Amino acid sequence: MSIFRLSLRNMTSRPLSTTLSLVLLTLGVGMIALLLQVNRHIQQQMENNVRGIDMVVGAKGSPLQLILSAVYHIDAPTGNIALHEAERLQNNRLVASGIPLSYGDSYQGYRIVGTDHQYPKLYVATVVEGQLWQAPFEVTVGATVANLLNLKIGDNFVGAHGLTEGGEVHDEHAYQVVGIFDYTNSVLDQLILTATESVWAAHHHEEESDTTASTENESHAHEEGEKDPEHHEYEEGEEHHEHEEAREITAMLVKFRSPMGMVQLPRRVNEDTNMQAAVPAYEISRLFSLMGVGVDTLSTIALVIMAVSGLSVFISLFNALKDRQYEMALMRTYGASRWQLVGLVLQEGLLLTLAGFSLGILVSRLGLWLISGLMEASYHYSFSGWGWMAEEWWLLASALAIGLLASLIPAIRVFRINISKTLADA
Amino acid sequence: MRLVILLITFGSNTTLMFKTYSLSFAYNQQVSFHFPDIELDAGENLLILGESGIGKTTLLHLMAGLLQPQSGRVELMGTLIHELSSSQLDRFRGSHIGLVFQRPHFVRALSLQENLALVQHLARKPVDKSRIKEVLDGLGIGHKLSEKPHRLSQGEQQRAAIALAVINRPQLILADEPTSSLDDKNANRVARLLQEQAFTTEAQLIIITHDQRLKTQFSNTLTL
Repeated sequence: MSIFRLSLRNMTSRPLSTTLSLVLLTLGVGMIALLLQVNRHIQQQMENNVRGIDMVVGAKGSPLQLILSAVYHIDAPTGNIALHEAERLQNNRLVASGIPLSYGDSYQGYRIVGTDHQYPKLYVATVVEGQLWQAPFEVTVGATVANLLNLKIGDNFVGAHGLTEGGEVHDEHAYQVVGIFDYTNSVLDQLILTATESVWAAHHHEEESDTTASTENESHAHEEGEKDPEHHEYEEGEEHHEHEEAREITAMLVKFRSPMGMVQLPRRVNEDTNMQAAVPAYEISRLFSLMGVGVDTLSTIALVIMAVSGLSVFISLFNALKDRQYEMALMRTYGASRWQLVGLVLQEGLLLTLAGFSLGILVSRLGLWLISGLMEASYHYSFSGWGWMAEEWWLLASALAIGLLASLIPAIRVFRINISKTLADA
Repeated sequence: MRLVILLITFGSNTTLMFKTYSLSFAYNQQVSFHFPDIELDAGENLLILGESGIGKTTLLHLMAGLLQPQSGRVELMGTLIHELSSSQLDRFRGSHIGLVFQRPHFVRALSLQENLALVQHLARKPVDKSRIKEVLDGLGIGHKLSEKPHRLSQGEQQRAAIALAVINRPQLILADEPTSSLDDKNANRVARLLQEQAFTTEAQLIIITHDQRLKTQFSNTLTL
């Protein structure tokens, strides 16, 4: 019966207070670890997707919405822009490249994006099977989409209008899968890529054949651009006649040739054109600062919980010790040294916090798994990598510090125990 | 304070194993004790009788090295125990002195067997299960091995406390009022068991008590 085993037995012999301490510790550590992990994953995803994109150009509206829809594909688009206007921008000497994006349709909730071959190159995507699309209505699908929808080369499917499941089906045009991308850990995994012409064709055809449904068309536009009052102006404006013929895209991802572009172009686009320019880096940092308030609040709550758990460990040890004064004196009479007993108390505190920490980490990973599943279901985003973070070492250190601090006073009391008095008083 | 010494020694030829010299202790100015000298040879037992408040427990704690005397010395097997450092004393006590207290106490979280194993471990001795079984069998509670001590009856608890005291084969067994909370039958039994255990482990036994019932069982008596 070693001191270590005695520590364990002492803990299990008072299940209620041990459980309380463990639950509090688990909660505190779990929350903080989960926040750290989620924050890291979101930041990683955000940064992973935004690399190589200096500016996004789209219809006027909320810049954050434009970024979320065009870069991350998690929000509705702000509307459409005229291709010729986008191309004029593309030819600016400050612009290195511009990738056109046309979206608005989806297949089983996964977005069909009309673009050119630069887009997969942006995410260094490699085709694992088949090839890139070469003609309209050929598609190359992202790894996650292919995996979850079980799409194979040669499969045909029809896109649905709108970005959510259950939209009106464009059954006149079937897409054919000609290639599947490898995992890129970016938004590309969640997309179905095709030629811009496919999207034009699908919609052009719809507009021509669907003469009676002008109100419905309007409601579609409404759906896509409801946060955008100017969209209606645009529709009702002079260019309305050109609207049918003019080629449109939804957004363009722009990369500058030099930092000068960043200084001049966003402002020029916003002031001189019917388009809106948004800078992802800026919008994302704005988003994080908005989210940061919530994260900070949760972190504070978690820290408070951890502090309370420390108090609980302290009270648990202190009370246990009060009941066990006699035991301690008894052990001294049987040859235990002061330091052995101090070790016993410290060990109990540290074991408790260590167990709480391990449970907390376990809970955080479980939470991460659940959130990942949730994100997957509602945003088609999933987390990858559950690895240990440097911050978690700090978490471990602070948990152990709490355990040590909580057991310090009981340990000092044990060290200074008056054996004779304790035995006589019992 | 007037003290009466009633000390009878047997076998004066053998070497003295346990001695105290002019022990005194003071809790404060009003409460101070001076104790008569005690000398015991190997194999000798002693019953110290005294009324409440006369410093019985204080004397026992001094003899066990749990208290530091104001003056005087305690010698066991040639070692002056109060000259040892705190940790040396803990170790010395653990391996050479067995203590039995008025009310038996155990480590609550552990079974009887584990308590005994812990006491062996604390005395830096290997855990010896057959020794544990042997001691408990000798005390008639061998079947309570894996029971939690606080679930035992009072008589059994007192016997278990004796087991804790003798498990490491100490040279000196000190018992503080081991029988005062027991009925006549159990009191006699415990006193007899203590003597038996002291005999089989070749230890000296000193019982300090106000329990006059034990007088008849001991030939060697000291009244404080």
